[in-house]
Amino acid sequence: MAITKTIRPGLIQMRVTNLEESVAFYRDVLGLDVVGKTSDGRVMFKTFDEFDHHSVVLRAAPESGFDYVAFKVTDAETLEELKAATEAFGYPVDIASDEQPGYGKRYGFTLCTGHRIELYAEVDMAENIPMLLNPDPWIDPPRGMKAQRFDHLLLYGPNIGEAVRYFTEVLGMFYPEYCNTPDGKPFAYWLTGGNKAHDIAFVEYEKPNTIHHHAFYLEDWNAIGHAADLIGKHRVKRDVGPTRHAITRGQTIYFFEPSGNRIETYAGGYAAYPDNPKRQWTVDEIGRGLFYYEGELIPSFLEVVT
Amino acid sequence: MTYEIKDAESGMTYIGRDDESIFRAMHKSGRSIFKGGCEGGGCGICKVKILEGEYVAFKKMSRRHVTEEEESQGIVLACCVKPSSDISLEKA
Ligand code: FES
Ligand SMILES: [Fe+2]
Repeated sequence: MAITKTIRPGLIQMRVTNLEESVAFYRDVLGLDVVGKTSDGRVMFKTFDEFDHHSVVLRAAPESGFDYVAFKVTDAETLEELKAATEAFGYPVDIASDEQPGYGKRYGFTLCTGHRIELYAEVDMAENIPMLLNPDPWIDPPRGMKAQRFDHLLLYGPNIGEAVRYFTEVLGMFYPEYCNTPDGKPFAYWLTGGNKAHDIAFVEYEKPNTIHHHAFYLEDWNAIGHAADLIGKHRVKRDVGPTRHAITRGQTIYFFEPSGNRIETYAGGYAAYPDNPKRQWTVDEIGRGLFYYEGELIPSFLEVVT
Repeated sequence: MTYEIKDAESGMTYIGRDDESIFRAMHKSGRSIFKGGCEGGGCGICKVKILEGEYVAFKKMSRRHVTEEEESQGIVLACCVKPSSDISLEKA
C-alpha cells in the first residue's frame, strides 16, 4: 500500500527473557509460523499471509524490549538515496552486521529517541506464501489469533519532534493524526508511509529506547473477539480491550507476551492519504482518543513499557 | 497450598497460592498495590522487597529492572515469584 518511498515496517526484532515461552506464545497463541533459527539461536517468524522471508525475530536476552525495526523501501537506488539523506540529517549510518536470513543489505542508525531503525530494499520471498493463482484466503486454516501481518509499532522516547521530522522529511512518510501538549510540544504522533492508518507511532517519554507495543493485524472485530477468547483460555495478561481507538479508528486488544512485551491485535482503521487534512488531539482528550469505549486514559498506558 | 501475602505499607492482605505469582494473587483481588503490569518480568512495575517469608523465582526477571545483586537481597518482580510461606513485602 506504499504511496511513499517507504513500503512498510517489514521486520522487527524483540528481546525476550523467556525465549521458549515467548516462542510458544507467538506460534500457538498469536498463530505465527516459525520460519527457522539463525545460527546464534534467534527465532524467526512470519504470519500465514506474509510473503517476505520473515517479519518477526525473537532474541533471548537478559532484559525484554526492542532491538530494532526495519523498513522496506521501494528499490536499491532509493535505499542509497535514503542512506545519504539520513547522514545529511545528522545520523551516522552503519551496515547491519547481524544475520537476517533472506534479507539484503540493511542500513541502520540510532534515532534521537534511542531506537535503532533500519532500511532495506531486498528480501527473499518465503518458502510458504499465500496462494497466487485462483487463491483461497489461506492454504491451511490459520491458528490461534490468526495474525495476518506485522502491522505497526509504538515507540516511547525523548524528543519525538525530531523523530517525526526524520520520518517525514527523510523517509517521506506523513502523519494523519497527532497530539501536542498545550504549549505546542509534540506528545504523540502516528506516522505512515502508505494507506495504513499508521506504520509507526511515537510518544514523548523520558527514557530512551523504550517500546510500548508492536501490533499484528487481524481480519475484523470478530477476530478480535476470538483473540479475547484465547486470552481468557490461555490466561494471558490482558492490558486493555477489546475496544476501539478513536485515533486511527482501529479495533484492538492490548496484552502481554510471556516475557512482558506488550502486543496489540488490531483490526480496521481508516485509509490514510497524504493529501488529507490532519486530525488533532488535545492532551486532555487523549484518553478518549486512545480508548474510545472507556473514555479515559488507563494508568498502564503511560507506565508499563519495556 | 495458600499463604498470606501482606503489603507492609498499607497492611492489606491477599491470598497467595504456591502455583501462582504474588502479582497475580494481588491483582485477582481487585485491590492490588499495582495499577497494571506486564506479568512477564519485563516492565518492572511490580518491583518489591520481600521483608519476610520464602518464595520461589519461577520466571526470569528483566535485568533492566532488577540486578542480580538486588535479586540476592530479596528485591524481586512480584510477577516472577511464587510464595512458599506467608510473605510480607513492600514496594521497591
Ligand atoms: S508486572 Fe511487569 S515486571 Fe511484573
Ligand atoms: Fe497500536
